[in-house]
Amino acid sequence: MNTPIFSASFRAIHESLGGLHSPPQSSPGSHGLPVDLEIYGLRKSNPAPEVKIQLDGVHRDFHQPQNGCVQALIDINLDIRSGEFVCIVGPSGCGKSTLLHLMAGLDQPTRGEIRIDGRRVEGPGPDRILIFQDLGLFPWLTVRQNVEFGLRMKRTSRRDAHSCARHYLKLVHLSHFENYYIHQLSGGMRQRVALARSLAIQPDVLLMDEPFAALDAQTRDLLHDELERIWSETAQTIIFVTHNVREAARLGDRVVVLTFRPGRIKSQFPVPLSRPRHMEHTNVAMVASQVMEELREEIQKSVRMEYGNENGA
Amino acid sequence: MKMALSQASFYFVLLCIWQAIAQAKIWPPYLFPTPLGVWDSLRAGFTDHTFWMGIGVSMKRMVLGYGLSAILGIALGMLLATNKFWEDTLGRLVVSLQSLPSLCWLPLAILWFGLNEKAILFVVVMGSLLSVTISTETGLKSVPRIYSMAGRNLGARGLGLFFHVLLPASLPHLASGLKQGWAFAWRSLISGEMIFVTLGLGQLLMMGRDLNDINQVVAVMVLIVVIGFLTDALFFRLIEASIQRKWGLKPAS
Repeated sequence: MNTPIFSASFRAIHESLGGLHSPPQSSPGSHGLPVDLEIYGLRKSNPAPEVKIQLDGVHRDFHQPQNGCVQALIDINLDIRSGEFVCIVGPSGCGKSTLLHLMAGLDQPTRGEIRIDGRRVEGPGPDRILIFQDLGLFPWLTVRQNVEFGLRMKRTSRRDAHSCARHYLKLVHLSHFENYYIHQLSGGMRQRVALARSLAIQPDVLLMDEPFAALDAQTRDLLHDELERIWSETAQTIIFVTHNVREAARLGDRVVVLTFRPGRIKSQFPVPLSRPRHMEHTNVAMVASQVMEELREEIQKSVRMEYGNENGA
Repeated sequence: MKMALSQASFYFVLLCIWQAIAQAKIWPPYLFPTPLGVWDSLRAGFTDHTFWMGIGVSMKRMVLGYGLSAILGIALGMLLATNKFWEDTLGRLVVSLQSLPSLCWLPLAILWFGLNEKAILFVVVMGSLLSVTISTETGLKSVPRIYSMAGRNLGARGLGLFFHVLLPASLPHLASGLKQGWAFAWRSLISGEMIFVTLGLGQLLMMGRDLNDINQVVAVMVLIVVIGFLTDALFFRLIEASIQRKWGLKPAS
């Protein structure tokens, strides 16, 4: 749906599409162009068939005994197409992870609703899987048993689970490590086990929460390549949360910027670059710098907030 | 290897000192046994099968009583870990009851069941049930939230989530609780057996006293220690080692 502007310069793209999916009531920082309303209205009445995930006016409040009610997410409206790779960036504490937990069904929105294939999300489901920042690999199981876990829960026969796990371990180049325990693996290998474990249940949607944040740059680059390759083979929809703007521009078809506390959608950037891409490509860097410009203000807000807390303000 | 050597030499020196003190004849031989006397007593006990029978009877009670308390303790721990009401009420009671030495249950058990097998099983169960319960509860509660979230995320629900995620995730705690429970059960059993006539190792110990045979007393004591050590080394150590190997935990020592 973004094809007409693919040839335009990035600055123009930004300006014309900055707020394409923003809510009709303009939130701070959103570009309230009239066209937004139209598209938004259209979507609401007649969801396009290729839309995979719809976030419709999603709010999430947390009640904390010391601070009262904290608004983590405000009025998130987002359509994600089937097979799209969407990266969500924002400063720490903007509710990125909360958003993923909501989509995974591990948490419920205070208001609004999330639909996947038009059906309301009410709990975790086999159609989507969240890869946690801390992975949550099971230390009492071997690598292969970890990958088989989701299949065994679906009551797949032992033999089928076995061969399926083999397949996905091969896909992430871990065939030789199937009988290892998790603590025997390096950080990058653990990431790949988590990826294989999630892919094995063949979800339509892969939700990833800063999966590569703790890795060194070389390992991360390799995993970017692998993720891009696997994505192109499986045609899954991926929502990838990160605080690394370059990573977002490297991977995403679209980059969504969230504001700092409370989190709302500030702006969105399509990334019309051909694949395979590379972290060091200049056009990736260009997109990244534009996203960064948008994000800088939010990061400063978050830093000020933390300084304020330091000084006991 | 080096450890085995130092342990062997330690026990050898210990036996030598023991023998030397005995030979000094500071105390009369019916008060202070010699290593050789204990050895003879052990040999005699095993050749006339009294020790074998004692071990057999005691182990049967252990397997029954401990098995029962492991099952009940895990079930009770599950209840306490998952239900706030039971945690606040029964959970507190369990903790306070643990301050009661298990032998204190014996008079009650005798009044309830009479001088029989049931009374002694009751004492064994009461001796180890509470520590298994408490360790199951803490084990389940200390499972990092990420595991249950990952499990739910991968499609585990209800009992599946419990048996495939929560229980294995709390295994390190659970294993040490079960091990402690075994030690408590063993102590409760021997003390219980000493109080009334029921065959078993505790009974053999008291028989030694009644016969004024200090060698038998010490021989049975040695037997009790060795059996306790062997079950620990052959069973619980292996389980712990397997957990440590899988989880990549460092051995405690």
